[in-house]
Amino acid sequence: MEKMVNIFLFGKKYEVPANLTIMTAMEYAGYQLVRGCGCRNGFCGACATIYRIKGDRELKACLACQTTVEDNMYIATLPFFPLVKEVYDINKISVNESVMMQLYPEIYACVGCNACTKACTQELNVMQYIAYAQRGEFEKCAEESFDCVMCGVCSSRCPAGISHPQVAMLARRINGKYLAPGCGHLEDRVKEIKNGDFNDLIESLMQKPVEELKELYNTREIEK
Amino acid sequence: MYSEKYQESLAAVSAARTKNIAMEPERMTAKQKEDLLAAYHPDYKASEFSVLKIGPNKGDKVPHELAEMLQAHSRISASDIDLSSPDYETDVLVIGAGGAGTSAAIEAHEAGADVIIVTKLRMGDANTMMAEGGIQAADKPNDSPAIHFVDAFGGGHFAAKRDLLAKLVCDAPEAISWLSDLGVEFDKEADGTMVTTHGGGTSRKRMHAAKDYSGAEIMRTLRDEVLNRKIPVIDFTSAIELILDDSGKAAGAVLMNMETKELLVAKAKTVIIATGGAGRMHYQGFPTSNHYGATADGLVLGYRAGAKLLYAETLQYHPTGAAHPEQIFGALVTEKVRSLGAKLVNRNGEVFMHPLETRDVTAASIIRECSDRDNGIETGNGTAVWLDTPMIEEIGGEGTIEKRIPAMMRMFEKYGIDIRKEPILVYPTLHYQNGGLDINVNGMTTNVENLFVAGEAVGGIHGKNRLMGNSLLDIIVFGRNAGINAAKAAKTTEIGSLTLKHVDAFEKEIMDAGIETDAVSPKLLPDYTRKVNA
Ligand SMILES: Cc1cc2nc3c(=O)[nH]c(=O)nc-3n(C[C@H](O)[C@H](O)[C@H](O)COP(=O)(O)OP(=O)(O)OC[C@H]3O[C@@H](n4cnc5c(N)ncnc54)[C@H](O)[C@@H]3O)c2cc1C
Ligand code: SF4
Ligand code: SF4
Ligand code: FES
Repeated sequence: MEKMVNIFLFGKKYEVPANLTIMTAMEYAGYQLVRGCGCRNGFCGACATIYRIKGDRELKACLACQTTVEDNMYIATLPFFPLVKEVYDINKISVNESVMMQLYPEIYACVGCNACTKACTQELNVMQYIAYAQRGEFEKCAEESFDCVMCGVCSSRCPAGISHPQVAMLARRINGKYLAPGCGHLEDRVKEIKNGDFNDLIESLMQKPVEELKELYNTREIEK
Repeated sequence: MYSEKYQESLAAVSAARTKNIAMEPERMTAKQKEDLLAAYHPDYKASEFSVLKIGPNKGDKVPHELAEMLQAHSRISASDIDLSSPDYETDVLVIGAGGAGTSAAIEAHEAGADVIIVTKLRMGDANTMMAEGGIQAADKPNDSPAIHFVDAFGGGHFAAKRDLLAKLVCDAPEAISWLSDLGVEFDKEADGTMVTTHGGGTSRKRMHAAKDYSGAEIMRTLRDEVLNRKIPVIDFTSAIELILDDSGKAAGAVLMNMETKELLVAKAKTVIIATGGAGRMHYQGFPTSNHYGATADGLVLGYRAGAKLLYAETLQYHPTGAAHPEQIFGALVTEKVRSLGAKLVNRNGEVFMHPLETRDVTAASIIRECSDRDNGIETGNGTAVWLDTPMIEEIGGEGTIEKRIPAMMRMFEKYGIDIRKEPILVYPTLHYQNGGLDINVNGMTTNVENLFVAGEAVGGIHGKNRLMGNSLLDIIVFGRNAGINAAKAAKTTEIGSLTLKHVDAFEKEIMDAGIETDAVSPKLLPDYTRKVNA
């Protein structure tokens, strides 16, 4: 016999197999999901969920597709959280902290309570990456926030009303575009292609009989 | 943490590790590969396919589950819909907000067109978000677009449309540079040199990555750019039928709100289908690595409007789906794990193949190991083989796993498995739709004017099997291409009067062919209520 546990979906009790995730348990209970379910695999942040184990003081947050059910788990999904996303032109922004002051000034109102970090479903040091953003240390902010799935749970707990994932998104784009070192071999190759340097080679491949291409493929040298 | 029943086999794997790392397994010959595929690859299992009785591909075979959807009833009949006062009007209508749809929308917008995106779930709830391994581009000095072409053409069994493939490889470096300019953070050395690795079937190290969140990094950046451009995104809304005009050109779509079921009409000068793949169709009962909305809708929409399919009978079963634990059954274990040095090992601790053969060959080889050769490990959900991840740390040094594949480490850590110290259990999972709608090099379908297609919904770019890293590439190259050309075509398009006659005509074809079915399509979402193991 499969081991079963009791869970409470929005307060209502269901008995479900113990080895299900919160997401599959909801489906087992009969929910046909539309909201709160995207990748089903921990990448998209659609399935933010808060829960409390009966008798436990602590309210926990997680991704429903990544978390196994537990006995006496009280579950409420958080399929949408109103984040602030400021629009900007990536080609025209300044690359220092003034861009943060302009777009997300509320980050300077952080009170250091660390609630964001405690709530993060990806176990990121959210308070730290916000601190980096405040100081215009975008490379560090980008690195620290890299695994963020933009689920919004941190923002739901923040007394300063900060939209952490959007702040981090901006920092990562600035880092990717402006701060990371440029790539010479890429620029060269783009130029060579524009210049038509490979046209003859490609054209000859387009014309070759399949047999010759097979030969080429089967005898090609493979880089170690 | 593995239970008692795995310990004996684990001990064998660990005892053989040093020897297995040192050994360089032989690659299979062309003949060996052919025989292996014919005997073990799911695409070759005749009993799993039906012949289409109606539509542009009448007489062709496709998986049963797809045939059912292609020959199902529409969700509407033409008379239900008032086409005279559209709810939305635009130049370019993009259906699907994954990587292909968002790149198309950005380029169409850049070209000055009015653009609307509709998407089933949220923008970015898409296969693109899940890609871990990386994106190919021949930008290193020892590489060239021509070498990339040969790798992809051979990997796809010499069946790709050559003009599409030539465009894919020649536009690849430019695609990387476009993404970089948008702010995508590729893995680089301190001097800016791209960190590149092999993928199955590549002859040069040309896989670019952003750790093992390559797709997520690309997707969230494109999403941010769509928002910055204020392109309207109608989310939780699916296209359920294309609208044509009286001259047969694509001219919009009937939409359905996924929550309220309200029907809406969008009128557009050109339409881009970017609805992605089909993993949630669970062909042949396989689990899948795909997102929740991957149900081949675009193929159904296009087919009913008269567009042709190419290679819809070929699917990619990723060799390494997670086979244990239950909670992540079917989830992808990225190919990068093998690129970084982990080998496939059977129950007895024997390496049974070269880990970097193409995906179809690798999947077939694992299926053989678990069936006729009976060297698999029983998991309770079927059989599986080991992927010996600790090899990576021994080869690349301590910390390699955490640095290069953190998402993988985290996925297993949640269930008490430290992949730095213990191997993982894998079995093929339904991963990618190789075939799809047939397009020309401008991105338009070969036979429905103003209907463009981009991304996984296209057939022919890769032939009958796709190499890792060429799909993220194709959604950018052909997404942008579709956006540019759809915007251009919109400029000279006069829309005639709108019609859904093709929907009724298709219904009549179903009747005339004597097809008896209760099914309606597109499928939109799988139904997992009261089913474990989705
Ligand atoms: C787990 C995983 C890992 C992968 N790893 C790699 C990799 O490392 N390298 C690589 O190159 N490729 C990889 N791939 C493949 C690649 O990610 C996809 O093929 C590619 O991203 C598909 O992009 P797309 O835009 O065509 O489709 P998607 O990104 O799936 O987007 C399609 C969108 O259309 C929406 N949609 C569907 N139907 C409708 C409808 N009827 N109406 C409105 N909207 C609709 C969907 O919900 C979705 O948002 C991977 C795929 C998966 C699943
Ligand atoms: S930082 Fe916030 S949005 Fe990002 S994963 Fe953590 S909780 Fe979610
Ligand atoms: S929750 Fe808000 S206020 Fe508290 S530490 Fe985090 S960012 Fe600062
Ligand atoms: S559904 Fe995407 S993170 Fe859970």
